[in-house]
Amino acid sequence: MGDLPLNVLLLSSAVKILVIAHLLIIGVMAMIWAERRVSGWMQDRLGPNRVGFQGILQPIADGIKFLLKEDLIPNHVDKPLYVLAPAMLLIPAMITVAVVPFGSAIEIAGYTIPMQIAPGLNIGVLYILAITSLGVYGVVLGAWASNNKYSLLGGLRSSAQMISYELTLGLAIIGVLMLSSSLRLEDIAKEQGAYPWQWNFLIHLPAFLAFTTAMFAETNRLPFDLAEAEQELVAGYHTEYSSMKFAMFFMAEYMNMIVGSAVTVTLFLGGWHFFGLENVGGPVWSGLISFAIFFAKTALFLFIFIWVRWTLPRFRYDQLMNLGWKFLLPVALSSIVVTGLLWVTTDGNRLIIGIGNVVVAFIVVAVVGGLLVMNKVPEASGPKIAGLDELESEVS
Amino acid sequence: MNPEQVLFFVFGLIALAGAISVISFRHPIYSALALIITFFAQAGLFVLLGAHFVAAAQVIVYAGAIMVLFLFVIMLLNLGRRDPGSAAGRGKWKGIAVILGILFAAEGIYIAVNALSDNTAVASAQPAAESVTTYDIGTLLFSKYLLPFEVTSLILLAALIGVIVLVKRERPRTISRIRISITRD
Amino acid sequence: MGLEYYLMLSALLFTTGVVGVLVRRNAIIIFMCIELMLNAANLAFVAISRSLGQTEGQVFVFFVMTVAAAEVAIGLAIIVSVFKHRQTINVDEVNSLKG
Repeated sequence: MGDLPLNVLLLSSAVKILVIAHLLIIGVMAMIWAERRVSGWMQDRLGPNRVGFQGILQPIADGIKFLLKEDLIPNHVDKPLYVLAPAMLLIPAMITVAVVPFGSAIEIAGYTIPMQIAPGLNIGVLYILAITSLGVYGVVLGAWASNNKYSLLGGLRSSAQMISYELTLGLAIIGVLMLSSSLRLEDIAKEQGAYPWQWNFLIHLPAFLAFTTAMFAETNRLPFDLAEAEQELVAGYHTEYSSMKFAMFFMAEYMNMIVGSAVTVTLFLGGWHFFGLENVGGPVWSGLISFAIFFAKTALFLFIFIWVRWTLPRFRYDQLMNLGWKFLLPVALSSIVVTGLLWVTTDGNRLIIGIGNVVVAFIVVAVVGGLLVMNKVPEASGPKIAGLDELESEVS
Repeated sequence: MNPEQVLFFVFGLIALAGAISVISFRHPIYSALALIITFFAQAGLFVLLGAHFVAAAQVIVYAGAIMVLFLFVIMLLNLGRRDPGSAAGRGKWKGIAVILGILFAAEGIYIAVNALSDNTAVASAQPAAESVTTYDIGTLLFSKYLLPFEVTSLILLAALIGVIVLVKRERPRTISRIRISITRD
Repeated sequence: MGLEYYLMLSALLFTTGVVGVLVRRNAIIIFMCIELMLNAANLAFVAISRSLGQTEGQVFVFFVMTVAAAEVAIGLAIIVSVFKHRQTINVDEVNSLKG
């Protein structure tokens, strides 16, 4: 931001970093509480409700417990990597947030301060893709350093899963980038209008669904939590971890969810826009309202995370790969082609692009599903076929 | 020294230290980590050079994909703990290789310095004032270098098919048959 | 920062890669060293592109990265299948053409 004097820039950046970092950590605590309470609600039981009002202090109690526990390092582990791994998962989760715009802009003492830690970064979306692709190292190295076969299996699963779904994650965004002609997240958010039917999730519906699914996989959340599947792998990559190191893995998972939701809201759900409410009031108020809108949308998306967790059972490994490579990837690719073609031929008519995307995505899924059914080999030939029926009924 | 020079030396030293660690660590997994650090330092250097897109691509492609593949293979083959003998080469060749390396580096540095003083085109060119944007690179890729760009997609396709041919199992193993019978019951 | 410093760093990184290929016997580490050399070349490309005020150098880096990705996929597949047959990836022990 060239137009702010240096001292204002430094001060505002420091304030923004402090506020956002604390919001993230408080968000993680709130998320842990919400997850347990919402899970309880969905399963018709209570959940933690003893510590503080409605159990709201439960995460703090958990945190104190983790801090005071003995920091145990098993003898058979590879010590440097074992210690390093939790941090390598947590740090990427935290620094992704630097380019996410939390609101329009706030005007204080005549200076317009964008509500984003690093505004104007001209590779914004690429930065997010780059940093999120690093999260896998924490998992993989933690798994390898633990020197435990369950951990190793979890790490292997996780690395294959992350590489596969990262492709979908990246490709699904490209249609959005094309229409907004910018890599900056604040431009993408601004470009979407005030009303829900102007937001990207309707224009790029198949890409949005593919992106969301890939994000669930990237965050290792429940239909895709094969890396830490309790029933199969004890606790997967963090089997050997305890006390604060385990807590760091735990925090990183929730932080990834929060950041992922914030990115999805920015890219697909209109950022801080909501029926023009973000323009109500003066320059200060509109900034704060836009921040509140963004916050509410992120919270809603996080609720969907929990909802999905208790709705869908875990995928089997071959189902996971089938879904990623044979359905999500073609859908994401088709969305690029369709968006590009219709953008040129219809001069950027959003309605036609939106309809075209959905139609072509249906055709792609039907063709892939049809090919899979036609090439169906007799059952004894391998494990890949066993889950196909469930997968097909799910996708089509 | 201005900040840019300080950053150059910081990133440069990290990159060099990482590179030397790659060839001196015993465990492949540590070498891979050192290489990741080198790639990061290089991404930093690219940012210093105003090549933001290349820096991001460096992290996405090298650190995010290629090195994960390396780690995946190292873990898959469970290397590192088992064959410490293969870590170091034979003594005499090692010495000769290092001496040759030093000579080679000296040569490279000599050329780097001298070529600039001889080549007026490079030496007198005005350094680009602004950073190159993704837009500029995209424009070049889809106009002047469209054909090479399309050819790279063929290379990737060939690699994809090659990998499948190389590692695909011809027939299902007995283990998978057993698993099928379990899931059927 | 002058171009010559970047070129010197690039030369040093490249040399480290070369020495690694000569010294190490582990196929995976040799492979990493090749990546190191490619990266040193990338650094030179970007540095020269900057000092010439042209974008072409960065486009070449893009191509180098694509080819490197393809090469890594193939190379690691070869290493995995060599390991399946020979139970080693020491390049000195993999010296006959008999599969």
